[in-house]
Amino acid sequence: MRIGIPDDGGPLVPATPTTTARLVGLGYDVVVAAGAGAGAGFPDAAYQAAGAAVVPDAEAWAADVVTVTRAPDALATPGPAGLRPGARGPDGLRIGAVLIAQIAPAARPDLVRALANRGVTALALDAVPRISRAQSLDVLSALSNVAGYRAVVEAAAEFGGMFSGQVTAAGTTPPANVFVIGAGVAGLAAIGAAGSLGAQVRAFDVRPEAAEQIESMGATVVRADDAAQQVSADGYASALTTDQEAAALRAYAVETAAADIVITTALVRGTAPTTITAEMVATMRPGSVIVDLAAPGGGNCELTVPGRRVVSDNGVVILGWTDLPDRMPRHTSELLGTAVANLVQLGTPGRDGRLALDQEDVVVRGMTVAAGGEVLWPPPPVAVSAPTAPGGPASVADPSSRAGLAETTGSRKAGPTVRARPAVRNGLLMLGALLAVLAVAASPAEQAAHFTVLALAVVVGFYVISHVSHALHTPLMSQTNAISGIILVGGMLQIGSSDPVVTTLAVLASAVASINIFGGFLVTHRMLGMFRRGDTAEGSNR
Amino acid sequence: MTVESVVQAVYLVAAVLFVLSLAGLSKQETARRGVLLGMTGMGLALAATVALALDRSERPVGVTAGLILLVLLVGAAVGTWRARTVEMTQMPELIALLHSFVGAAAVLVGFGSYLTEPHTGGAGSTVHLVEVFLGVLIGAVTFTGSVVAFGKLSARLRSSPLMLPGRNWLNLAAVVACGGLLWWFLVAGSAGLLPLLLMTAVALALGWHLVAAIGGGDMPVVVSMLNSYSGWAAAAAGFMLGNDLLIITGALVGSSGAILSYLMCRAMNRSFVSVILGGFGAGTGTVAQGGVAEPGSYRETTALEVADRLTAARSVIVVPGYGMAVAKAQYPVADLVARLTARGTTVRFGIHPVAGRLPGHMNVLLAEAKVPYDQVLGMDEINDDFPGTDVVLVIGANDTVNPAAQDDPASPIAGMPVLEVWQAREVVVFKRSMATGYAGVQNPLFFRENTAMLFGDAKDQVELIVQAL
Repeated sequence: MRIGIPDDGGPLVPATPTTTARLVGLGYDVVVAAGAGAGAGFPDAAYQAAGAAVVPDAEAWAADVVTVTRAPDALATPGPAGLRPGARGPDGLRIGAVLIAQIAPAARPDLVRALANRGVTALALDAVPRISRAQSLDVLSALSNVAGYRAVVEAAAEFGGMFSGQVTAAGTTPPANVFVIGAGVAGLAAIGAAGSLGAQVRAFDVRPEAAEQIESMGATVVRADDAAQQVSADGYASALTTDQEAAALRAYAVETAAADIVITTALVRGTAPTTITAEMVATMRPGSVIVDLAAPGGGNCELTVPGRRVVSDNGVVILGWTDLPDRMPRHTSELLGTAVANLVQLGTPGRDGRLALDQEDVVVRGMTVAAGGEVLWPPPPVAVSAPTAPGGPASVADPSSRAGLAETTGSRKAGPTVRARPAVRNGLLMLGALLAVLAVAASPAEQAAHFTVLALAVVVGFYVISHVSHALHTPLMSQTNAISGIILVGGMLQIGSSDPVVTTLAVLASAVASINIFGGFLVTHRMLGMFRRGDTAEGSNR
Repeated sequence: MTVESVVQAVYLVAAVLFVLSLAGLSKQETARRGVLLGMTGMGLALAATVALALDRSERPVGVTAGLILLVLLVGAAVGTWRARTVEMTQMPELIALLHSFVGAAAVLVGFGSYLTEPHTGGAGSTVHLVEVFLGVLIGAVTFTGSVVAFGKLSARLRSSPLMLPGRNWLNLAAVVACGGLLWWFLVAGSAGLLPLLLMTAVALALGWHLVAAIGGGDMPVVVSMLNSYSGWAAAAAGFMLGNDLLIITGALVGSSGAILSYLMCRAMNRSFVSVILGGFGAGTGTVAQGGVAEPGSYRETTALEVADRLTAARSVIVVPGYGMAVAKAQYPVADLVARLTARGTTVRFGIHPVAGRLPGHMNVLLAEAKVPYDQVLGMDEINDDFPGTDVVLVIGANDTVNPAAQDDPASPIAGMPVLEVWQAREVVVFKRSMATGYAGVQNPLFFRENTAMLFGDAKDQVELIVQAL
């Protein structure tokens, strides 16, 4: 089958030369519209080197599988346009083709309907179920991550100061105070980026389980107990009750007044609740910056204008950019491309260049918003394992794997340890000691001396061996093995016996024991000869 | 000053040299000196023993001397040949085989001792009989146990545990039978050859069965346990011969093996008894229950992609396991590491205490491939470094990197200390297929989103990566 990568006009491209090579490796013919990767810094020649053909845009739209960053609005216009062979642009999408793109099915039912009417199988990259094994397909997380990072960069560019506090001979500057609302992927990325620039970061999330993720990124958690929600069942935040909302707003008011930078990322199922009122903006210092990542959903700040930079009456800059991921086209494209390639790989079990979508698979089912002329959105609900089992692999349902990390370290020492019941063990020890004392007492004096030697040798052996480094255990073992060939002494002393049977036995015993001695010492010596330090052997480095 | 007293003095020197020898093995810098000290001690002890044997000889001295020379020649020839030709991946087998020699020698010396000493009754005689009996018993168990371990390690025997019904009762019955035979042996006095032979047969069967019931992956414990037994066998021989050198040496070796076994067991978070009673990893009910891992999909990768990642990485940790030994991949791995190091990448090895089939096996293999030992770190040394690591290459290890040991209390390996590779940014697992490891437990690591699987022969894949670099 043929995979087409048209030029959708934006800076992003959902296939990089690297992922193109993967698609080719899965058996597909890949055609790339000329200049499709230019915005992200991937020249046509790189695609050709990866095994793709560079074709005019219309030809890329006419492929069996078409992948673009976002489904273009042109596809939403109903009508027979797509039926015309030779149509140009998005209208050239064939009947029955597969479209892989961000579709926003919840916000654009008209688009989904139109795609269904065309008989297109539409896979929405932004409708991936949030389960752990689908994370490699989840572009929302990837884009949010980029957006969170970029938000800090934008804020830093607007902010009239440095983020890190500095003490210099010319004076002291305090660190910037950054307040992040919403600790989803974007929020956590923003926390990380702001923290690494040196700012003091505080963050708030209505989901109580987010607190430790915030801390794991190095920020301080802002607590507002009255605003805390129950643990969510599907990994997403839900709308607040009136009381909770009031409590949250009180927390926001306190924090924003003290902050130089506010990055707000609250999106509840695609819509943006108000977190920062006009009054709160009025209390902020002039020159402060608000970056509203929820601008595509209308904005968290009452003064946000999506896609615009506005300055409030008191000089607070409010950035409502909706294209933050597009402003880092290279990495965003790489992430998108990898997600597309992962999806195609999932759909190509035979590695034979034939897309076989298994609608029984919850991941595929969740992403398929239209197929066979029918609208398949919304999919049946998928339960996320996330909050049910803290400590398990569960928390990976949140795309920040940091959470899983924190929990596993927490439970590191929780595992059961093997330990004999002390009473039984002590009893056995005492019994053994008693028997040993009786045995020694019952034996003749000469034997008692031997027991003394034995006991002392065991203690010496214990202390000597305890200090052997782990790396030398094998040489230690072959060395002790060689030394235990000392039993040869016993054999040799019996060789001189007048009894031929004893002599035979002794000769045999001595022979095997001496193999032990020679073999053991030599092999130990050979092994130790191989151990060498890095710095002494630079010359002979292979 | 008689020959006897000089010999005793030399024995004392030899015993001290042995202690110093083992002490020298505690650090790489002094290890070679340790071996030389051991060799010197052994040389002195043997020279003294030859003198004593000739002095005590009941036959013409020439015959005895000839026999001794013959024995030493045979030992030197065979021992040197084996030591020179053995491959480092076969070390576990060689060591198991050598243990069996000590066991066999102990049995033979025990019989010899029984046949030479007069048994006139009285306390001294009884004590001697007990010593002979115990020496032969330990020697016989060591002998067959080591032979089975050798067979399993060299794949001449199936490495899965032998599961006889009521196997623990069989072992107990054998021990009880030996106790009964001891009583018979003591009563019979000089006519006790029959009970001694019977006991030998029972002990041989016991040793065979004990080790046959233990699976291949527990062999590190078994080999060090047999090492311990061979030491106790030598010590028992020392008691029956009244020879302090044997007692000291045997005790040193015996405690060394015991400590190594203990360390291995602790590294698996299992009790010594549970390892020795065997049967682990045989797919029993609990294993199946714990093995219900969440069905997930894994991400496959290619050698080229791994090469790309390694190029971009600043710090890399390689975690080898038994699979690396099987594929004999240590040379290409060392080559890969040398190249990465030359580029300025920090590359280290993380070794789990029970990786391989012998304590410290991985260290020997890596040393053979000329990996500097200061690049090879133990689990405790490196576990805290995984979070700051870009790429972890897991080569042929499975259970030792299983997060279920920490996360899943129902897992059969719960509580076992493991290398926390999953905390690294990215993990690449080299594996033949998706089969489970020795413990029969599915490994959730493979389904983590930061894990990529590289299937195929580890050696070939590593060579491909080296080429791509």
